[in-house]
Amino acid sequence: MNLSKLALSLVALACAGLLAACGEKPGGSGDVIRIGSVSPLTGPQTHIGKDNENGARLAVDEINAKGLELGGKKVKLELLSEDDQAEPKTATIVAQKLVDAGVVAVIGHLNSGTTIPASKIYLDAGIPQISPSATAVKYTAQGYKTAYRVMANDAQQGKALGQYAVTKLSAKKIAVIDDRTAYGQGLADEFEKAAKTAGGEIVAREYTDDRKTDFTAILTTIKGKTPDLIFFGGMDPQGGPMAQQMKRLGLTAKLLGGDGLQNINFLKLAGADAEGVIASSPGLPIDAMPGGADFRKRFEARFGPIQVYAPYAYDAVNVLAEAMKRANSAEPAKVLAELPKTSHQGVTGPVTFDAKGDTMAGAVTLYEARGGAWVVLETVK
Amino acid sequence: MDIFTQQLINGLVVGSVYALVALGYTMVYGILELINFAHGEVTMIGAMVALMVIGALLGVAPDMPGLMVFAGGLLVAVPACMALGFAIEKIAYRPLRHAPRLAPLITAIGVSIVLQNLAMLIWGRQYISFPPLLPQGRHEFLGAHVTDTQIIIFVTALIVMAGLWLLVERTRLGRAMRATAQSREVAQLMGVNVDRVIAATFIIGSGLAALAGVLVSAYYGLAHYYMGFMLGLKAFSAAVLGGIGNIAGAMLGGLLLGVIEALGAGYIGDLTGGFLGSHYQDVFAFFVLILVLVLRPSGLLGERVANRA
Amino acid sequence: MAWLRARPRLALLLLAALLIALPFLVGAGLGRSWVRVLDFVLIYALLAIGLNIVVGYAGLLDLGYIAFYALGAYLYAWLASPHFGLHLPFWAVLPLGAALAGLFGVLLGAPTLRLRGDYLAIVTLGFGEIIRIFMNNLNAPFNLTNGPQGMNLIDPVSVGGLAFEGQRQFLGLTVTGLHLYYYLFLAFTLLAIGVAMRLQDSRIGRAWAALREDEVAAAAMGINTRNVKLLAFAMGAMFGGLAGGLFAAFQGFISPESFNLWESILVLCMIVLGGMGNIPGVILGAVLLTVIPEALRYLGDLQRATLGHVAVDPSDLRMLLFGLSLVAMMLWRPAGLWPSRQRKREFASEDEHADLYDARA
Repeated sequence: MNLSKLALSLVALACAGLLAACGEKPGGSGDVIRIGSVSPLTGPQTHIGKDNENGARLAVDEINAKGLELGGKKVKLELLSEDDQAEPKTATIVAQKLVDAGVVAVIGHLNSGTTIPASKIYLDAGIPQISPSATAVKYTAQGYKTAYRVMANDAQQGKALGQYAVTKLSAKKIAVIDDRTAYGQGLADEFEKAAKTAGGEIVAREYTDDRKTDFTAILTTIKGKTPDLIFFGGMDPQGGPMAQQMKRLGLTAKLLGGDGLQNINFLKLAGADAEGVIASSPGLPIDAMPGGADFRKRFEARFGPIQVYAPYAYDAVNVLAEAMKRANSAEPAKVLAELPKTSHQGVTGPVTFDAKGDTMAGAVTLYEARGGAWVVLETVK
Repeated sequence: MDIFTQQLINGLVVGSVYALVALGYTMVYGILELINFAHGEVTMIGAMVALMVIGALLGVAPDMPGLMVFAGGLLVAVPACMALGFAIEKIAYRPLRHAPRLAPLITAIGVSIVLQNLAMLIWGRQYISFPPLLPQGRHEFLGAHVTDTQIIIFVTALIVMAGLWLLVERTRLGRAMRATAQSREVAQLMGVNVDRVIAATFIIGSGLAALAGVLVSAYYGLAHYYMGFMLGLKAFSAAVLGGIGNIAGAMLGGLLLGVIEALGAGYIGDLTGGFLGSHYQDVFAFFVLILVLVLRPSGLLGERVANRA
Repeated sequence: MAWLRARPRLALLLLAALLIALPFLVGAGLGRSWVRVLDFVLIYALLAIGLNIVVGYAGLLDLGYIAFYALGAYLYAWLASPHFGLHLPFWAVLPLGAALAGLFGVLLGAPTLRLRGDYLAIVTLGFGEIIRIFMNNLNAPFNLTNGPQGMNLIDPVSVGGLAFEGQRQFLGLTVTGLHLYYYLFLAFTLLAIGVAMRLQDSRIGRAWAALREDEVAAAAMGINTRNVKLLAFAMGAMFGGLAGGLFAAFQGFISPESFNLWESILVLCMIVLGGMGNIPGVILGAVLLTVIPEALRYLGDLQRATLGHVAVDPSDLRMLLFGLSLVAMMLWRPAGLWPSRQRKREFASEDEHADLYDARA
């Protein structure tokens, strides 16, 4: 009795699924080439995710306006944007969705935690993936021939920061804090390595998480070790109160952070205590780049201010389009063969790939918070 | 030595906030034997409402003294949360008073999720910064730093707790609450309006939670829709540690848990030779909780009640 | 559909045919991403069936259930990935994962035996968080879990040299890893359904029901409440561990963020919504709560297409709806959408045991 009831219910469910299945239409025609873009478009990172999509969209529209000809035929690029909610499980589902839709390449994802699980699906489908912003070393270390990125990875950024802290800021005793996220921990570990190599001494290694707002206990412990510099691998919601609590506890060490702190929100949350905090951002300052100021103008006219990674998404699409032109085809296998030969002058700097698919330039720019704004200090390699 | 004093002070300030929130748990549990999961979210709503009022006040009269703006926020947030607590009890718990015991617990989790997501829709996902309204002066004390804000939080919490203790021990309502906690049926027979006492309990607890929420977010300078959840969990642990259902126990448990956490995060690395570090801070609260429940379910100050734990 | 009800054998046959054809039908109609959704539906169904043993059968509210899922997943990753250089086959790893999870179930259960329902909820919640925190931090001093970076390059399941990845042609159909996983998960889910149903009707199942209804009375009737509780924890945990192992193999990458508290609550929502204690109801809950968020995604796409931006974030609404449905279900339909008959009676007869006094009942 119970069994037949179960059977019946599943039959009903399957019917419902089938009914839903009937409404679908097939897509994709010969002259339209589809490119996927994936980033979180809902959830806490919506603004950054949308920024990535906008960067890619600007590039696609500009390429279309200029006209792209492959194999003697005029083609049009079409950007399919998907939302991965910054969640690993969802990332694999939307990756599959894009592969189903017949995209020839994917620009994305935004986070390392989503980029890595999705990369397997793109590998299986044999289509290139260029992440504008995933920085975990592991992403390109998997040995996947389809995985590329246009941004300096954690090792490159952490190394630059570690050297900078010791040589330029002449920090001798250094405390390191990370927020136990893939990003924060990855960056902090690389920073620690580089700072040690450069001759700095790590006097404390403390941890927090991306939901906490109380750092007094670890800051007090750190204070006991009297460092000249505190490095924080993490984001602005923690960095802001951390800067405040440092002042409150009478800690005079300098606070140094990565691109997680180098944003407007950090300045807001830290208030007056942001003054003097140094944070980095991968790449060159946009306005110093050839065509950079012009890019900013075009982007802002259409989408409003650049949040963070839009220029990288823009460069990623252009790198892809150039590879297509060289291959004279949009066929993924042929494009993949051309990608390693990339040498592109992008708005974030020159893009060339090493054997793993990492960008070789990997410049990092440092900024200091002064009077409620980020001021460029210098660009280091 | 000054490092130790500093950790102790940090712990006591956070602990006094835990204690305020723990009181709400303990009072409700004492009377209904229900873990009001949504209690932590009430603290968050309190902070958010206060921030809204403060923002409006600063917009209208930017020159108003900080303490007055702060008091204004508090004066709206506390009654708002009292109303919220009353509504939660009436809508979500009262109809289930005779249902199987799993039912109100699941409802409580549901209410907690609803409040969190409502707050997210209304106030957004971003961390909202809390303007520096309280005096920020810094003092040296036994080689450690104490700020005015810390003193205000600690003293406010102590005064309010003393007031609550008087209320429960010395007033008619307090006597009715104690009677209801001992036996709902007998209290009813003795002429206590049990429904009213339960409603009053929720209202008082929620008011305390709102106060705690505003203090916490002023202390850290920010508010966030998720801030209530962990705070609630810690406070619940504090209530259990002190002996759930016991008001003095909640106060003691809160202060103790704050200190345990601060010292734990501060010294565990050195004590375990670097094997465990400050990343295990949250483990302490849970570990203390499990240890207490297993070894002494009645808590530090609670009397042993059959079948309660 | 009354004619079907009268012919259970035919219904079963129809069902079997449908279940076999389902991934191809869905794949052809909605695209392969929905086959992946289907795979996740089965994983969650496994989890829900497991949690249902603890919560639905034995009445022990477990808010840290996802910890067992995590243990199964991490064990799979340890034994079948380059992390330790071990590449054991899945049929060896999955039972180990289930056993490890079961062991932890007993370890968690033992000290909490004396605790009443609501305390148990908090302690299990704490346990779930503790496991996650350890997974997130055990990359030093000894790199066990690779910390927040997660573990990748986990071996896919392979049967007799046939790895569940890529695609191949078979009888004119394109069979991908997704399809193969579907059948594997389906087999495990059916197995779990069988075990859970047999358990419910067994001596142990009746002991669990007695425990759920009244622990003191159950003990008075000679039921060894300690062993029976531990067994419920262990059985539930084993299903969780099994599902975790399957998840790790399927995704090829696991990180602690996949095992947070909300996942525990999601699985709990599935069984509360579907109908605690009733297997078909629990599966219905798993299907609904896995498919609805994916369907809601089109709501976001629709808004983007028409308004150019997302006015009401569907993922925000999702959690709000879950919360509201938990409250609403408990208030108006406490036995779930598809309750078991016994359960319905329990909840309905709460006020003053009406049926006791009603001669016709």
